[in-house]
Amino acid sequence: MRYDVTLPWWAYTLMGVGGLCFVVLVILSIRRNHGIKRSLFASPYTLWMILFTVLPCILIGYYAFTDTDGNFTFANFRHFWDSNAEMKEIVGEEFASSIPRGTVNVDTLVYSLWMAFLCTAISLVLGYPAALFMADRDMKLGASLVILFVVPMWMNFLLRTIAWMSLLEDNGLINQLLVAVGLPRAQLMYNSPAVLLGMIYNYMPFMVFPIYTSLSKQDISLSEAAADLGCSSFQTLTRVTIPLSLPGVISGITMVFMPSVTTFFIPRVLGGGNTMMFGDLIESKFLTEGNWNGGSALSLLMMLLILISLSILRKADPNGEGSGRI
Amino acid sequence: MPILVLIVQSFNAGKSRAKWEGFSFRWYGALFQSVSIMDALKVTLSVALLATVISTILGTLAAIGIYSMKKRPQSVMMTMTNLPNTMPDIVTGISLMLLFIFTRINRGYLTMLMAHITFDTPYVILSVMPKLKQMNKHTYEAALDLGATPTYALLHVLIPECRQGIVTGALLAFTLSLDDFTVSYFTTSPLVQNLSTLIYSAARRGIEPTLNALSALMFVTLLVLLLIVNHRTEERN
Amino acid sequence: MKKIFSLLLVCCMLPVFALADEVVNVFNWEDYIDESVLQEFTVETGIRVNYMRFTTNEDMIVQVETNPGGFDVVFPSDYMVERMLAKGLLAEINYDHIPNAKYILENLRNPDYDPDGAHSIPYMWGTVGILYNKTMVDPADVNTWGVLWNEKYRGTVFMLDSIRDTFGVTLKYLGYSVNSREYPLLKEVADKLVEQKTSGMVKAYQVDETKDKMVAGEGALALMWSGDAQYAIDLNDDLDYVVPKEGSNVWVDPMVILKDARNLENAEKFIDFLCRPEVAQKNCEEIRYSSPNSGAIELMGEEYTSNSVLNPSQETLANCEFFIDIPEKELKVYNALWTEVKNAK
Repeated sequence: MRYDVTLPWWAYTLMGVGGLCFVVLVILSIRRNHGIKRSLFASPYTLWMILFTVLPCILIGYYAFTDTDGNFTFANFRHFWDSNAEMKEIVGEEFASSIPRGTVNVDTLVYSLWMAFLCTAISLVLGYPAALFMADRDMKLGASLVILFVVPMWMNFLLRTIAWMSLLEDNGLINQLLVAVGLPRAQLMYNSPAVLLGMIYNYMPFMVFPIYTSLSKQDISLSEAAADLGCSSFQTLTRVTIPLSLPGVISGITMVFMPSVTTFFIPRVLGGGNTMMFGDLIESKFLTEGNWNGGSALSLLMMLLILISLSILRKADPNGEGSGRI
Repeated sequence: MPILVLIVQSFNAGKSRAKWEGFSFRWYGALFQSVSIMDALKVTLSVALLATVISTILGTLAAIGIYSMKKRPQSVMMTMTNLPNTMPDIVTGISLMLLFIFTRINRGYLTMLMAHITFDTPYVILSVMPKLKQMNKHTYEAALDLGATPTYALLHVLIPECRQGIVTGALLAFTLSLDDFTVSYFTTSPLVQNLSTLIYSAARRGIEPTLNALSALMFVTLLVLLLIVNHRTEERN
Repeated sequence: MKKIFSLLLVCCMLPVFALADEVVNVFNWEDYIDESVLQEFTVETGIRVNYMRFTTNEDMIVQVETNPGGFDVVFPSDYMVERMLAKGLLAEINYDHIPNAKYILENLRNPDYDPDGAHSIPYMWGTVGILYNKTMVDPADVNTWGVLWNEKYRGTVFMLDSIRDTFGVTLKYLGYSVNSREYPLLKEVADKLVEQKTSGMVKAYQVDETKDKMVAGEGALALMWSGDAQYAIDLNDDLDYVVPKEGSNVWVDPMVILKDARNLENAEKFIDFLCRPEVAQKNCEEIRYSSPNSGAIELMGEEYTSNSVLNPSQETLANCEFFIDIPEKELKVYNALWTEVKNAK
């Protein structure tokens, strides 16, 4: 095995200086770690974050607003809105008028949002009862259910997705069963439902766990009190349990929605390139077309979108209580 | 359910998925002989381990630091810590790729490691922070009053107090970087592959039975690990 | 526990420092070599091969440009050689160091994409055609590209997720050159492809997965490169390959050395090794593309020359064209139309 460790000389210098500073800072701060001085402990991390989180984000912004020569431009966003804009400029007056606005990018975004919405909604509908069931203290089954959910989550998600392929193919297990029963074969793969299925299968645990955490944290005496005060078990559920688990639900929604908008592996494998999603689009802008600027503009838009939806959600869960994971 | 199918198929002697041609361990042999899979395994494990160690140290120190900050900088730092969690993986990956391209650093093992540290550290901070907040503020001061040097107090009071959080954070970081595909995909070169990126390119060629064998093995390993952990926690209770 | 942990750490760090030995970094297509050849090369020369794979020319050039010095030998297609030359990525080949290049067929030594073969040595060549399943498709239908639009086979067609190939064959079907750049022609092609997709003809757009799927009987028709097709035919007798009468694209995949290669000598040794007739034969028999190596062809004898997939007839080839690289500006038109096709619903 061999790793490519050749960096430019200044990178080594920077790393050396950075490491030295880090050690000196740590020693200094451990020596005299009273109150405010201890905040120096955070400095290596701050430096790291500036280098590897803030700077890259600024870079995305920079590329999104420049053309290939580094001049300031809004063209990348215009191309997002009208994917044919660049083509119009190239083919000239003669044909430009006959080219309609290219809606590819916008359509893909809408389609991805719709798919992500469906995935989130279905995961919620299926996942909430599952979480309730798991959190039910009277049942021994709960613990084994937790394991049932945890185990597939620990599998590599690519392998999980690929596993579906052998079920859904034309000669896959489901179709072989259908044929054995005497039914006609069904086209199960390479369409949106297959992609949706893959997404739900992969992201459902992200919905179940936060809900489960917030449900199992709930004080059982609350629902007992509700029952004592004359609530039916259904009323207890809708009036007490569900409202109290709302933070978990919200965190579940964000944790399912975000990856589903941006996934590109699942539509590739189960959608067979028929159904492009936003993640797909970004990936191909970068790695197939080598178009940093256009790709950055798309990423920036996606970041904005997610930040907006997050800030809406955060209003509903101001303390971020439901951020339980795994 | 799909995983069970994979496991069954990993014992299929034939190469085709459609036909069952008898029981065999052939693909398990092939798995361990495949240089690329073994290399990828090494990369995955070493990146996960290194990233976990570094991000745990970085994250724990940062958590202590942020905890003892004043209100304003504290909230700024926490927002910054939350930022990577709210960014989708693909954006994290792409932004880091742009950084490496911009600075003309060749992507490879080191860049993958840096990327993993970057997305691991916030999780460590987020799991250490609550433990620090739970801690009685006066314990540390009491230790100082009783004559402990600050260094001693740090190592023997502060850190043990939040040990549980550190362990959780480290475990979380390890799992995350073990399982990561998207960020690695954008921050590595074709030369250095971890298991995820290897599976990705292999899946584009069609599923090889060795992959079935690999997933079966991973599944069983995880199951055993989980059972052991479960057993131990039950014993403790 | 602590000790074990630190030991593990040290073990992990070790390979990082184990650097100093001879290597060559090779970037080749998926499934495009007999991998035992790599080991033989290492055994013989002591040079380790870092073997990496890519899926399409377009993906490859992005990697090459963003990882300067990361690759020594690359296997681009003909038109991509042209683009890489224009970008100044390729080193001139020193034929004195590659004596086995003498086996390369005469007619491939002075290709249009690289005059005099100054920067490239052919590795494999082949055609683009249709792989079909005889049990599902009437052989009379496949003689034209039109079969990919034939309602009879709705939902059973695999297309190539590769711009040039898919556009190229559609251009041919409509009676144009594969290298057309005029907007109206391209628009016509895109419309045709959109029609094909929206009418539900296409099962999936893929590259390397398709042959596996065709062998398993998952589709009736597939747009495919000749070698992949032969590979599939070897595994399933029901399959056959044809280059439709309208003609098609014939291509060469040469080996090139990059200008910023760090291991120039090893790269030359590697290319020379692959040009050795026995090695070329081995590769050819594994991946089933057509060999440009006269020595290898001699070694394979009748079995190769009588195979119409590997060794297409002169009249088939007469209808086929090489790709010429499309300049960046027009390429954007290609890209825009292609995105449109892929997103048609």
